[in-house]
Amino acid sequence: MALMTKSAVLHNGQSDVSYDTIETKLPFRKYPGDRFTHSDLGLNVADIGDIYRNMLLQRRFEERSAQMYGRQKIGGFLHLYIGQEAISTGSVYALKPGLDSVITAYRDHGIALALGMSSNECMAELFGRKDGCSKGKGGSMHFFSREKGMFGGHGIVGAHIPVAAGIAFAHRYKNDGGVCVCYLGDGAVWQGSFHETLNLASLYQLPVIYVIENNQYAMGTAVDRAAAETDLFKQATSYKMPGSLVDGMDVFSVCQAMRDHVALARKGQPSLVEIRTYRYRGHSMSDPGKYRTKEELEAKKNEDPILRLKSYIIEHQLITNEALDVLDVEVKAEVAASVTFADESPLPPLEAIYEDVYTQKDFPFLKI
Amino acid sequence: MAELQLREAIRAAMVEEMDRDEDIFLMGEEVAEYNGAYKVSEGMRDRYGDRRVIDTPISENGFAGLGLGAAMNGLRPIIEFMTWNFAFVAMDQLVNNAAKIRYMSGGQFSFPIVFRGPNGAAGQLAATHNTSVEALYSCFPGLKVISISNPDDAKGLLKSAIRDDDPVIFLESEFMYGMRGEVSDAEDYTIPIGKARIAKEGDAVTVIGHNKSYWRAMEAAEMLEADGYAAEVIDPRTIRPFDWDTVIASIRKTNRCVIVDESNPFASVASEVAFQIQARAFDDLDAPISRVTAKDTPAPYAKNLIEYYLPSAEDVYRACREVMYLD
Repeated sequence: MALMTKSAVLHNGQSDVSYDTIETKLPFRKYPGDRFTHSDLGLNVADIGDIYRNMLLQRRFEERSAQMYGRQKIGGFLHLYIGQEAISTGSVYALKPGLDSVITAYRDHGIALALGMSSNECMAELFGRKDGCSKGKGGSMHFFSREKGMFGGHGIVGAHIPVAAGIAFAHRYKNDGGVCVCYLGDGAVWQGSFHETLNLASLYQLPVIYVIENNQYAMGTAVDRAAAETDLFKQATSYKMPGSLVDGMDVFSVCQAMRDHVALARKGQPSLVEIRTYRYRGHSMSDPGKYRTKEELEAKKNEDPILRLKSYIIEHQLITNEALDVLDVEVKAEVAASVTFADESPLPPLEAIYEDVYTQKDFPFLKI
Repeated sequence: MAELQLREAIRAAMVEEMDRDEDIFLMGEEVAEYNGAYKVSEGMRDRYGDRRVIDTPISENGFAGLGLGAAMNGLRPIIEFMTWNFAFVAMDQLVNNAAKIRYMSGGQFSFPIVFRGPNGAAGQLAATHNTSVEALYSCFPGLKVISISNPDDAKGLLKSAIRDDDPVIFLESEFMYGMRGEVSDAEDYTIPIGKARIAKEGDAVTVIGHNKSYWRAMEAAEMLEADGYAAEVIDPRTIRPFDWDTVIASIRKTNRCVIVDESNPFASVASEVAFQIQARAFDDLDAPISRVTAKDTPAPYAKNLIEYYLPSAEDVYRACREVMYLD
């Protein structure tokens, strides 16, 4: 295999000693696009409608967020998930709500909405309001919902990766049957926490699935400018866990892959999934995206996961065009209502600054 | 009362709590098969098995974060660092996650977790193995910081720390693990977090010291006793939250204060304590507040230099005489 050839090349010209080649049987699976149908996944028409709506809600929510950011209703950073919705939705349809846990990095609006957190609480959080999902203390990067099994929204690249192992550890310790899905970006793979944790997860056989959302760019740095090995899923071999490569623009491929990996996790086998995707917007709102060409962006837009699902629905005559239009109107109305809700939600009161730091209610904060 | 070594008192606290609550587990380097680098967890793996006493690879950032995730999802981990010097690679987990996730989630998640291990100077180990971290971690709202000086406080406060629903940084000492002391055998013995202990009453000067510095304070108090002066010695025990009431009441009585702190001086615990005393009891002071700290350098290796680097009883004694205007 490739490693052998490469090692021969790398060693060429070195001192005249014999060397062994590494032979590894890589337990990789590939989940290309257009490989799975809805019937393969056992999804009925109602499910397809839900999946389409779930993805569309994320898209419309974020389009409105970008608009509200422009109007300075939203502060700080705003990292949009637009283009990656097949991953959040596809994996949510592989999980057991109320049992399984999810944790992600700072590009977290998509998965939060996919898990069923309301547009209202999410938009109010972006607005920094009292009714936000984190009471206006977390903002865009820190959406949390204990009720929905959403363990955040984390702003430091790689910091949540060990936390995911701990969430999974607790599932196993309590023997509750739950698993933890941890999303991370392609950039986070090169944090030490990723490698420490994959080793721990494998060593302890934790029910966790690490999902690399490879959107090709760590902020503005292309994968091949950051990675010695650009096939990120191959990191799984170092930690003796199964790995997969998935087309992230096809929600059915994602869903099938995640179901397989969740099944592994339920048996106590951690694993690594690389899902190749693309973000259509910049890293954050301030990013003009000069590190990529317009041609590349346009070509990727032809793979838009929502349009792709829509074509599939029409092609297979599952839902009529008119019904999809009605869905679009409904979703837009929901998002518009969330803007009104957020606007009308009060600012957090100043005394709230001392709340939620500790569980202890009377912690004696220094005030001089 | 039973006489225990400090390590035995810490172990007794963990064992009593783990017997009581199945959700508590101990994780760290060498805690299980090796029975603890400093034998604190000796016998615990035999008692609880591999499920609850867990060895880790040398991945402090990884297992600190693992502990936090487990706490977030309903367990009550005790994470042992072989020393706090090795926890610098886990600071991201402690500072960004342990201290802040609860806040950023609007209080939805809590972290009932204890990070414990030896802190501060440990002998001729040079600069990287002699760091005091109490001021550092006390900088971060969201954490509680405890630093103990004797077996009784170790047991009572560790039990409270394990029961606390907030993350606790629990600081021990390599030098003190073998120290013997009376430990209360009262059933379910706990000491409240955030309460200082007046170790010795007096009216001449207030001397404040935690962990090993507490013993330097006590030694200096004895020397003052020989001179005919009664120092009041306070062991704060908890650094965050600090028991200002006990300290201020003492200052009102003695009107003088020396703070002993084996950290480097800049932005140390001594700095904050001195600031708070002048802000709260300025009119009660008859002399400037003094402090005795480590030198403002990295810790050296050579025996004479490391001895010179750390606060000594003589340093504390001299500082006391100075604020009492005796010399």
